[in-house]
Amino acid sequence: MRNLFPRTLQTTIIFLVVGGIMALALGGYFSSASNVFTGSLVNLQTWFSARFVAVQDFLTAPRDIASLRQRNTELEGEVAELQAQVIQLQQEVGETQILAALVDFERVRPENKYRAAAVIGRDPSPFLHYVIINRGSNDGILRGMPVVTDQGLVGRIDAVIADAARIQLITDPASSVNVRLQNAETEGSLVGSVTGDVSLQLIPQQVNVQAGDLVLTSGLGGGYPPDLIIGQVVNVRSRDFDLFQQATVQPVVDFNRLEIVLVIVNFKPVDIAPLVPTP
Amino acid sequence: MRNLVAVPVILLTVILQSAVFSRVYLLSGIADLPMVMLAAWALQEEVDSAWQWAAATGLLVGFISGISWVVPFLGYISVVAMARVFQRRVWQAPLLAMFSITFLGTIIVSVFSIVALSFSGVQLPISDVLGLLTLPGVLLNMLIAIPVYAVMRDLARWVYPSPEVE
Repeated sequence: MRNLFPRTLQTTIIFLVVGGIMALALGGYFSSASNVFTGSLVNLQTWFSARFVAVQDFLTAPRDIASLRQRNTELEGEVAELQAQVIQLQQEVGETQILAALVDFERVRPENKYRAAAVIGRDPSPFLHYVIINRGSNDGILRGMPVVTDQGLVGRIDAVIADAARIQLITDPASSVNVRLQNAETEGSLVGSVTGDVSLQLIPQQVNVQAGDLVLTSGLGGGYPPDLIIGQVVNVRSRDFDLFQQATVQPVVDFNRLEIVLVIVNFKPVDIAPLVPTP
Repeated sequence: MRNLVAVPVILLTVILQSAVFSRVYLLSGIADLPMVMLAAWALQEEVDSAWQWAAATGLLVGFISGISWVVPFLGYISVVAMARVFQRRVWQAPLLAMFSITFLGTIIVSVFSIVALSFSGVQLPISDVLGLLTLPGVLLNMLIAIPVYAVMRDLARWVYPSPEVE
């Protein structure tokens, strides 16, 4: 018993010291050493993420059957070591296509300044819908900045460290986005869910909402810039005894295959919390 | 000094969880590699630092995740507590204990998550959570339980070599 206590105490002290050093480093107190350490961790996670995405793309990317057969016939003559090169090249082509689309998107909207970032991880908890990107405060990323792809709105920055940031997706159950319906000229609130589905709420009963209506950010509340595309209405639920209608929305962004995103770095979110009356 | 092996193991586990395992879905559920790793580590008889491993892993996962750090911290501590009880008192069959802890641990972490989210104002439909997140997560955790147990057993034998019997 005498030996057990000092050993447990010694182990606890070792963990506390190591944990304290890591916490100070991640908090930016050892600026140069911290950058090297966090940079190494981010690089390691980027390496794992890139390998996994490459293999996942190779195994699951949808392809035309005819082109697949043709491609398969071509590959039959190649030796095993060339397959690794094929995977790498496919990954590079995919990234180039994504980047080209993002550049086009940026050209169409010159009023915004963007910072491209690669998605290197997801939230460890299945209850939340967050992703981690490889850009942080060293790249000018700040909490609250909106995140988009060439297709539409992804979410906003929730937390930042020196070389990485966490994005809250619009599919997260705690996410709420003020939106407007383009055709119906009405506004509502888009909320996420634990399953990743998004639904439109607070639509007045008298408004005529139809499947196919385009959902855009309204800019109300100052959390997001206006007119970012979110998705389309899939179906509407309207009951006489409800105060508001509800609608299911199909997002234009495929959140399961997010690889590269754009952070709008010149948008400053407005904190309206002091203006909200408290009971 | 042998406890310092926790640093690379925990970092690698959390990185793998975030970069790989969080992207492999069964319905909406995912595997919880850190929890399974801690369960397997705590079941090794010679290991005396499982509590510190659980605390460090919980804090690191809490730092990365958007959920409150209390959830992984208390969840992983609970898993280690269960593993210690099972290992000392209940069963001598380690794989049966591993499966039991994996099952109960997944349920406990889910309950902690639901409670934490409800405190932060997010109400979750229990039927959806049970059917789409928790039970698929249990299945995925069971699938990785055996290989993770084997790896952690070998690691424990390497870190805590048994004294030679003369």
